[in-house]
Amino acid sequence: MPLTWNAFDEGSALPELQKAPGVTQLVKYAAGGGDFNPLHHDFAFPQSKTLGSIIIHGRFKYAALGELVSNWLDHGGRIRTLSCQYRGMDLPDQPMVLGGTVTRKWEEGGEKLAEVKLFVNNAGGKNTTPGSAVVVLNN
Amino acid sequence: MAEKIEITEEFNAVIGVQSDPWIHEVTTTSVRAFARGVGYSDPVYFDEEAAKAAGYRSLPCPPTYLGTPVFIPGLSNDTFSGPKNTGPSLNHGLKNVLDGGAETEYFADICAGDTLSVTSCCSDLSIRESKTTGQMLIVTSESTYTNQEGQVVAKQRGQGLFY
Repeated sequence: MPLTWNAFDEGSALPELQKAPGVTQLVKYAAGGGDFNPLHHDFAFPQSKTLGSIIIHGRFKYAALGELVSNWLDHGGRIRTLSCQYRGMDLPDQPMVLGGTVTRKWEEGGEKLAEVKLFVNNAGGKNTTPGSAVVVLNN
Repeated sequence: MAEKIEITEEFNAVIGVQSDPWIHEVTTTSVRAFARGVGYSDPVYFDEEAAKAAGYRSLPCPPTYLGTPVFIPGLSNDTFSGPKNTGPSLNHGLKNVLDGGAETEYFADICAGDTLSVTSCCSDLSIRESKTTGQMLIVTSESTYTNQEGQVVAKQRGQGLFY
């Protein structure tokens, strides 16, 4: 069901999204997103060896936060802004929990707007990729 | 670790200088490839009938996807797929780089069938003290996405942290 203005309040949580992308998923992301940095798929790449593993693309996590917001909206509105900061590396095959909370809900210039704060928590519960979004609801 | 980073007049002269435009294509196949790469199960990003039922012209771009840059060997970056020439470069001499983050601002919808003309520039330079790396030069790049109708549909900013 597309999200509507009356279906949430400030403080409402977005339905969480769980991911644990493995190498194959990261290869699919590389193909779709165009980032073929070997640090994200080749364990023999010198930087991967130094780190002890390949790491997940920051942009994969950014796009996954987009998926979280898209799933929440379910096409009942559109994203005006979406941002995140990369604060920590994430490794393949490790569970990540993505989620968010509505921090502000307001009307402006005839538009129904909401701001959400977003997180990507790693297996240790650390938010490696804090983000935020502003969305505009249709109804 | 850098001794002392200074934002010189030469650096400041680069701010706001736009690159030549480069074409990004948004196709049904490219939207599906991106959505599949992220792991979407929402049919709106895969099935044109579902997209139309949800009110879109065709498959919409999933958030953060702004088309696929046209790839031409020699002119494109073989690793990152974008154009090699992205405007004037900064000769800061710093060897290490981290991706600091990204922000996308949308002004209109973008769907399969759209062709986006993209220009980019360095929009801001600053210096940050980091406990682990010492001084870092923060380079903010901004790309502007204009569709085939001449409408600016999105801007994306990214931060590179050089040290």
